[in-house]
Amino acid sequence: MKIIENIFKFNGGVKAQTRKSISTKVGIQKIGIPKYLKIPLRQHIGNLPKLKVKEGDVVLKGQLIAEADGSVSAAIHAPTSGKIKSIEKILLPHPSGLPDYGVIIESDMKDKWIKKIPINWAKIGVEATIKALQNSGIVGLGGAAFPSHLKMGSKATKINTLIVNAAECEPYITCDDMVMRERSEDLINGIELVESLLGAKNTIIGIEDNKPEALSQLQFHTKSHKNISIKVVPTIYPSGDAKRLIFLINGIKIPKGKRSSEYGIQMFNVATIIAIYRYISFGEPSLSRITTISGNITKPQNYEVLFGTPLKALINQSGGQKIKNDNFIMGGPMMGFKLPSIDVPVTKAMNCVLGAEPEMIEDKKEPLPCIRCAKCAEACPVSLQPQELYWFSKSDQFEKAQEYKLFDCIECGCCSYVCPSNIPLVQFYRYAKSELISEFRAQEEADVARERNEFRIMRLERERQERAERNAKRRAQSSKEEKSKLIDEKRAAISAAMDRIKEYEKKK
Amino acid sequence: MLIAILVLILLALIIGLVLGFSSIKFKVKGDPIVEKIDAILPQTQCGQCSYPGCKPYAKAIASGEADINQCPPGGEDGVKALAELMGVEYKPLDESHGITKPKSVAFIDEDTCIGCTLCIQACPVDAILGAAKQMHTIIEKECTGCELCLPPCPVDCITMEVIEENAENWKWKYPVYSLSKKTAKVQ
Amino acid sequence: MFNQQSPFIQKTSSVTQVMLLVMLALIPGILVYVYYFGFGVLFNLSAAIITALVSEFIILKMRGLSVKNYITDGSAIVAASLLAISIPSIAPWWIIVIGTLFTIVIAKHLYGGLGSNLFNPAMVGYAALLISFPAIMTKWPQPIEYLSIHEHLNIFLYGLKEKVDGFTSATPLDFIKTQLFLGNKVIDTSSYQSYADATKIIGIGYLLGGIFLWYKKIITWHLPITFIISLFVIASIFWLIDPIQFQNPMTHILSGGSLLCAFFIITDPVSGPTTPKGKIIFALGVAVLVYLIRVFGGYPEGIAFAVIFMNICVPLIDKYSQPKVFGHD
Ligand code: SF4
Ligand code: SF4
Ligand code: SF4
Repeated sequence: MKIIENIFKFNGGVKAQTRKSISTKVGIQKIGIPKYLKIPLRQHIGNLPKLKVKEGDVVLKGQLIAEADGSVSAAIHAPTSGKIKSIEKILLPHPSGLPDYGVIIESDMKDKWIKKIPINWAKIGVEATIKALQNSGIVGLGGAAFPSHLKMGSKATKINTLIVNAAECEPYITCDDMVMRERSEDLINGIELVESLLGAKNTIIGIEDNKPEALSQLQFHTKSHKNISIKVVPTIYPSGDAKRLIFLINGIKIPKGKRSSEYGIQMFNVATIIAIYRYISFGEPSLSRITTISGNITKPQNYEVLFGTPLKALINQSGGQKIKNDNFIMGGPMMGFKLPSIDVPVTKAMNCVLGAEPEMIEDKKEPLPCIRCAKCAEACPVSLQPQELYWFSKSDQFEKAQEYKLFDCIECGCCSYVCPSNIPLVQFYRYAKSELISEFRAQEEADVARERNEFRIMRLERERQERAERNAKRRAQSSKEEKSKLIDEKRAAISAAMDRIKEYEKKK
Repeated sequence: MLIAILVLILLALIIGLVLGFSSIKFKVKGDPIVEKIDAILPQTQCGQCSYPGCKPYAKAIASGEADINQCPPGGEDGVKALAELMGVEYKPLDESHGITKPKSVAFIDEDTCIGCTLCIQACPVDAILGAAKQMHTIIEKECTGCELCLPPCPVDCITMEVIEENAENWKWKYPVYSLSKKTAKVQ
Repeated sequence: MFNQQSPFIQKTSSVTQVMLLVMLALIPGILVYVYYFGFGVLFNLSAAIITALVSEFIILKMRGLSVKNYITDGSAIVAASLLAISIPSIAPWWIIVIGTLFTIVIAKHLYGGLGSNLFNPAMVGYAALLISFPAIMTKWPQPIEYLSIHEHLNIFLYGLKEKVDGFTSATPLDFIKTQLFLGNKVIDTSSYQSYADATKIIGIGYLLGGIFLWYKKIITWHLPITFIISLFVIASIFWLIDPIQFQNPMTHILSGGSLLCAFFIITDPVSGPTTPKGKIIFALGVAVLVYLIRVFGGYPEGIAFAVIFMNICVPLIDKYSQPKVFGHD
C-alpha cells in the first residue's frame, strides 16, 4: 500500500457543499423483506432481458427470473423467495414516468436461498468466469448501470491498471463511503479478484479527501498489498466522473467515444467490486444494494435494500420528510432527477434518494438572458463553451451544437450551478441531445427502409424476368419428357428461391 | 489619379485570384444531387407525393419536374431541408398531397385476416410476413407507416396505430420558462 | 417549472450581485475623481443613473418584459455610471442625458436588451457624445481648482459660461498632439503636469477596484493584464524610437482612462469575447487601436472607438479561439 500525492488537476469543476455527514452518523441497516416486490426488467443499459418465469411460478431467493439477451444486457434474479404474482407494466424510477415491463413477486417471507454455487475461477479459467458473470446480473452500481461483465475483458485490449472509483463526488451521497467503512475487507478481496480477472498489474483507489474514516479503513486493510495504491483527490465535483478521475490519477485524457480500456485502464465502482466478489466467491447474484436516503428526511442514513422493494418502504423506515412536500430526487442533487412518482421500486441504479429540500423544488428566480460572463465555461470540466451550446440548443441549431461538441457534455450540471443568470443550461442540452438522438434513429430507420425498398424492386424485377423466361420455355416445349423435366426445373427454382430468402435473412 | 486606378486594378486582380483559387480549392465534391435529396426524404415510400416512391420523387425534384413541398411524412422540417439543399425559397407543405401525421405502424387483426396476400404485394418494404391462406403479420420494426396495405385488404383487417411515447423513445422536452410576460417559448 | 431538472442546487449568484460588485469596485476611483475634479462628477453620476433607470423602465414596459426582474439586474446602472465617469466633470446635464439615452436606448435595447448588445453600451454613448460635442467632451477643469458645490451646480444646470473659462485644461495626450501639430519641438510639460498627476491617482483608484473584481472572480486576469502589457510595449517601442515626439509608456497607461478601460470597460462580458485566448486577442487589439488613435488619429482619446471596433470582431475571435475540449487535443 502506498498513498500517491501528486494528482493532475482538471479544468473547471465546482466546490459545492457536500452535506455528506448527515447520513453517515449511523451504520448501514437492512430494510425488511416487503410483501410484494416489483422488479423492473429494464434496470441496466442495453437489451431487455428474456423472461424465464411465468405467472404462478414459485421462485427461490437468487433464482434467475430473466436471462441476459445478447451481451449488452444483464440478468435479473428473484431478490427473495416467493411466488410470481404477475408480469405487467409497472412504473419505473425514470424521469419520463412511463411504465415498462416488470415482474411482481409475492414473497413468502421465508427468504429461502437457491443452492449457491461459488465459481472456482482458477479452475474454469478467466474466460468461462467472465461468461458466468453475465448471469450474475451485476451492473455498475455507481448509478450508470452498465453491465459489468462487458468491462471484464476482451482479447483485443490489455488492461494494466485497475482504478477503483471511490471518489463519490455528488453532494449527499454516502453509500460508497459507508461500504468502505464497513466492508473494506470484502472490497480488498474483490480488488484482488478483479485485478486477476482483468490481468491488471496494479490497482489505484481514487478517493476524495472528505472521507477520512473510509480512507483509514482502506489504509489498514491494504497494508500488506504492494499492488494496491491509494490516491487522495481533492473534493471538487465532478471528480467521480470516470474520465475526470482517470485524468486526476493518471493524467490521461480520454476523449468522448473512446473507452478507458483502450488505454490499458479499467474502472469499477466500490460497490460493484464487492458485488463481483460476492458472486464469484459465494455464488450470490446481484439482489440488493446500499442506498443513501438523505436530504429533507427525518433520519437520513444508508440502507441495504432488496431490488424491487417499494421506495415507500425505504421512505417510511427513515421517518419520511422533515418538511413535507412529497418530492423526491433519485441520484444526487447535481445529476439526479425528480421522481415522477414514489410508487416505484428500488432498482440497481438507485444509489441515492433525496427528500427534496424546499429550495430545490420551489420556483427559483426567473432566468435572465445570458450575459456571456463565461462563468459556465470556467466551471465546465470538459472545457466546453456552455454559453455557445446553450445558444445553439435554444434556437434548435443542433448541427452547430454538435460542432461545438454537444455530445462531449457529461451533463454534470456545473454550468447551471454557477450561472448568474439562473439559466437551466443542462436542460437545454438534454433537450438538444434527445432531439438529435431521435433524428439519428429516424435516419437509421429511413436507411433500412430504403434498402428494403430497393431490394424489393430488385426482387420484383427478377421475378418478372424469370417468369418471362419460363413462359418462353414452356411455349417451346411439347413432349411429355420435357414436361417432367420442366417440373424438376420448377422444383429446383423453388428451392433456389427458398435458399435466397434464407440467405437474405441470414445477411440481416 | 493614375496611381489610384492602378491600385484599384491591382486590388481587383488580387481579390479575383484569391476567389478563383478558393473556388477550386474548397470545391465540395458531393454525391449526385438525387442521392442527397433521397437522403432527406423520410423513405416512407408511401407515394403521397404522386411518385411511386421516395427515389422517383427525388429524381423528379432534381430534374425540376416536381416541387419540394409534396412529401407529407417529411413534414415542414423536410421541406425546409430540401429548400436549403436546392437553394430555393421555402414554401409550406402542399396539402393536396396530404397532411403530416404522427408516425404509426400497421396492425393486422389476425382473427379477421383471410390470408389473401394482397397486402404483401402492396408493401413497399416487405414488412408483412405470411403465405397464401395463412394469417399475416407485420414486422413492426420494418413498417414505415405508408398505409399502402390498407386499400387492398378485402376484409379491412389492417389498422394504423400511432407509436406512443414509451420508455425507449422518450425525449427530454424543451425547457419552458418565460423571459417576458408575453411569450412562453424563448426564441 | 424550469427547475424540475437537475442540478437542484445552485451557487447563490446573480447578475444583480455581479453588477453590485462592479459598482462597489468603482467607488475608490470615483472618490479620487471627486477629490481632484470636484462635485460635478457626482451630479453627472446621479443624472446618468436617473436617466438610465427611467429610460430602462419605459423600454421594458414597451417590450413587455418583466420590469421587476430586469431593472434590478443593475446592468443599466453600471453602464450609465461608466459613461458618467468618462465625461468631464464640468459637462452640463443635457450632455449626460443624451449620452445615457444613447447608451440605454440605442446601444442596449435596440440591439435586444440585456445580453444581446453587440457594442459596449457606455462606449457607444461616449463615442456619440465625442463626435457631437467635441469641445465640451475635451474640456477638463484644472485639478484641485476648487469650485464650490454651487458653482458646479451652475455649470451642471446651465453649461460652462465664458467667465469661468480659462481654468480648463487639455489632457496631456491632447496637449502634446496639438503642440506637435503646431510645430513645437520642445514641449512645456508644466501646463498639464497637475492634470497628469491627478489622473494617475484616479487610475490607481480604478486599479484597486479592478484587483477587487479579480479577487472576487468577477473578471479574469486575461483582459486587463494583456491590455496593460500590450499598451506598455507599444508605447515603449515608439518612445524608444523618439522620446520627444512620443509620450513615455507610463503616461499612456496612467492617463486618459487607460486603467478604467482595462478593468471596467473591456471587461464588459456581454460585448466582449468569452474564451481565454479570445480575451487576450481582444485586449491586444484594443491596446493597439487605442495607441494608434491617441497618437495618430484625429481624436484625443481612442478608447471608445477602439473598443467599439474590437466589439465587431468578437464573434470571429470567439469562433477561432475555442479552447480544446477535454480529450480532443
Ligand atoms: S454562466 Fe450563464 S450567463 Fe454566464 S456565460 Fe454561462 S450561460 Fe451565460
Ligand atoms: S453540464 Fe455539460 S456543459 Fe455543463 S459543465 Fe457539465 S459538461 Fe460542461
Ligand atoms: S405494413 Fe403496410 S403500412 Fe407498413 S410499410 Fe408495409 S404497406 Fe406500409
